[in-house]
Amino acid sequence: MERYRTHLMLCAGTGCVSNKSFKIKEALEEEINKRGLQDEILVVMTGCNGFCAVGPLMVVQPDGIFYQNLTVDDIPYLVEEHFLKGRPVPKLMYFPHEEKEVIPRMADIGFFARQTLIALRNRGLIDPERIEEYIARDGYRALAKALTSMTPEEIIRIIKDSGLRGRGGAGFPTGRKWESRRRQKGEPKYVVCNADEGDPGAFMDRSIVESDPHSVIEGMIIGAYAIGANEGYVYIRNEYPLAVKRLKVALGQAREYGLLGENIFDLGFNFDIKIKRGAGAFVCGETTALVASIEGKPPEPRQRPPRTTLWGKPVVINNVETWATVPVIISRGADWFASIGTEKSKGTKVFSLVGKINNTGLVEVPMGITLREIIYDIGGGIPNGKKFKAVQTGGPSGGCIPADLMDLAVDYERLTEAGSMMGSGGMIVLDEDTCIVDVAKYFLKFTNDESCGRCTSCREGSEALLEVLDRICNGEGEEGDIVFLEELGEAIKDASLCGLGQSLPNPVLSTVRYFKEEYEAHIKYKKCPALVCKGLISYYIDPSKCQACLICLRNCPAEAITGGKNQLHVIDQSKCTKCGICLDVCPTRFGAVTRLSGEPVPAPPPPEERVLVRAKLSKEKGEIA
Amino acid sequence: MPKIKVEDLDKISEEVRRITLLREGAGRAKITVHMGTCGIAAGAREIMNTLLVEIEQRNIKDIILATSGCAGLCSKEPMATVELKGEAPVKYIELTPEKIRYIFSEHVLGGKIVGEYALAIGSERVG
Repeated sequence: MERYRTHLMLCAGTGCVSNKSFKIKEALEEEINKRGLQDEILVVMTGCNGFCAVGPLMVVQPDGIFYQNLTVDDIPYLVEEHFLKGRPVPKLMYFPHEEKEVIPRMADIGFFARQTLIALRNRGLIDPERIEEYIARDGYRALAKALTSMTPEEIIRIIKDSGLRGRGGAGFPTGRKWESRRRQKGEPKYVVCNADEGDPGAFMDRSIVESDPHSVIEGMIIGAYAIGANEGYVYIRNEYPLAVKRLKVALGQAREYGLLGENIFDLGFNFDIKIKRGAGAFVCGETTALVASIEGKPPEPRQRPPRTTLWGKPVVINNVETWATVPVIISRGADWFASIGTEKSKGTKVFSLVGKINNTGLVEVPMGITLREIIYDIGGGIPNGKKFKAVQTGGPSGGCIPADLMDLAVDYERLTEAGSMMGSGGMIVLDEDTCIVDVAKYFLKFTNDESCGRCTSCREGSEALLEVLDRICNGEGEEGDIVFLEELGEAIKDASLCGLGQSLPNPVLSTVRYFKEEYEAHIKYKKCPALVCKGLISYYIDPSKCQACLICLRNCPAEAITGGKNQLHVIDQSKCTKCGICLDVCPTRFGAVTRLSGEPVPAPPPPEERVLVRAKLSKEKGEIA
Repeated sequence: MPKIKVEDLDKISEEVRRITLLREGAGRAKITVHMGTCGIAAGAREIMNTLLVEIEQRNIKDIILATSGCAGLCSKEPMATVELKGEAPVKYIELTPEKIRYIFSEHVLGGKIVGEYALAIGSERVG
């Protein structure tokens, strides 16, 4: 068997793959062969490393050197310098924002150093398409322990004692769910993995299935044994092709090894898993709609109680992250897991950190960590020195948490008290240039599109909310709109059948709660303070700064700018479509184009005064010289 | 692939961990072969290969092999630095496959510094 001195752990998560990490792999192997290093250096394609902001990325082991933003052109130099001559290449290392020096080692980079990995324990360390590598990281040990030395009741007790709660959104205690399904009459029983991740900006489930599919499979086998099920389903959206592929490979390998199918480990327990691919409807992530979809019916939520069933039989449905956490709890014990986190929220949670944040990526942190730590210590703060405004958690069912709650400890209870929710773990960071009404509108648009249409309150209610928000953003807001939003929001909460409908007003209600002034500015003063809403802003060229350079004039797609050589440029407001191109192209040294909101656009100079007088400028220069 | 039993997990694990342990960056010793242009010209690749063979033949799992650039003393290449966990690094000079094999068994595995091939104990201060 070969022995390598260096392993190159190249990320092959969806993010890095779309940035051409497979091309990097080819280039690496070609160069390694050219240098005759093929017996010393191994290239390993791993699942998502988590630091998606800087992909394609690679970790060199055993040195722990972290390389980022790799391109095919970097590879010959990198191979020669680092892998042949042993000189790590600083220009490809992580460069923290607002710092002068690169950080060579992965373990020293704040983004990684502050994380605690349980569900993501194998990310970047194993090749997800090799079951042996999962086994070498203590994989399937928990299953062996469960089947050889524990009764189903003991397993349920451990999961209950650990305090594990569902990671998919609602946070229901996992052990209690399992216990009730074990007791529930009806055969056969089923376990289901909900991998129908649909929140905008959330990708933790996809990432776990891509980087460590066996952790989910192992968790499901243990769960099946605990409740007495012999059949399981993974409900996964078909838009996740890489995850589906790796899951299929993993299921195949587990079957070959006898870890799925008849007589697992030769210990008499039978269990197998089927993949059910969803067509990507958001509502399918809702438990009752999900089972309806597995049954082949239209995915419409059902009234609960009675308990959710699959083909009328008992079923346990847990989210990807929950299943991936189960083996670790069985291996390390309930006390260990319960020692992490807060009083009612135990363990860790994976968040996808996106939006206006330097270190976009996937982070796993202990419950109880503050938003400040996540956004600044791990996330590296807000790009371009902008001010932090709010963070949106919990996806379309969640809400916005403002800057003055930055020290909020993140757990199920605190987030709910703050008017948001844990949800599946999306975290979208908003900066001062983000309009809060626009954000609420974005989420409402999403739920309005995705509403299954069964309940009037959700179907029509989201439409009505959206209409009002549209009006407000267009400068047609009226006195009383805010009260209407609040009242309708509460009514939708009360009247909707499923969790998605009940929570759809949250993005509106939470922003009204924390950012009422911003709504009022839109409605009363027709002003969008973040200068985002097109209906409320105007573009204006400051005649004292315009240098008549013709750049904006030539780039304006609406031909709304008049002027010429030595003629000050003027925007014809009646033609302007507010696309913002003039602002983007105006040279920063002039800075003549500005956005105005809530104030009238100053009248342009009369045509006879539009001649740009440069003489004065050159005369001044002459004096200085 | 045959169906496995519980006890097979250890076997698979041991087999694979020989290769993957490296990724965890843990080891009782680290041997750095200096592979600058001068080192390579003087035969550092052969030193590296000798070490790879030694480790393979002895079925050792927890020793890290690394390369680094020129150590600054080009006339004494090939050179290697041996660093046992918790001890100061030792630089060896003018290596040959025989010398490195001897150092490997005496110092890396046995813990006794091979004085006659050593240049110095410790590293230069950085910064």
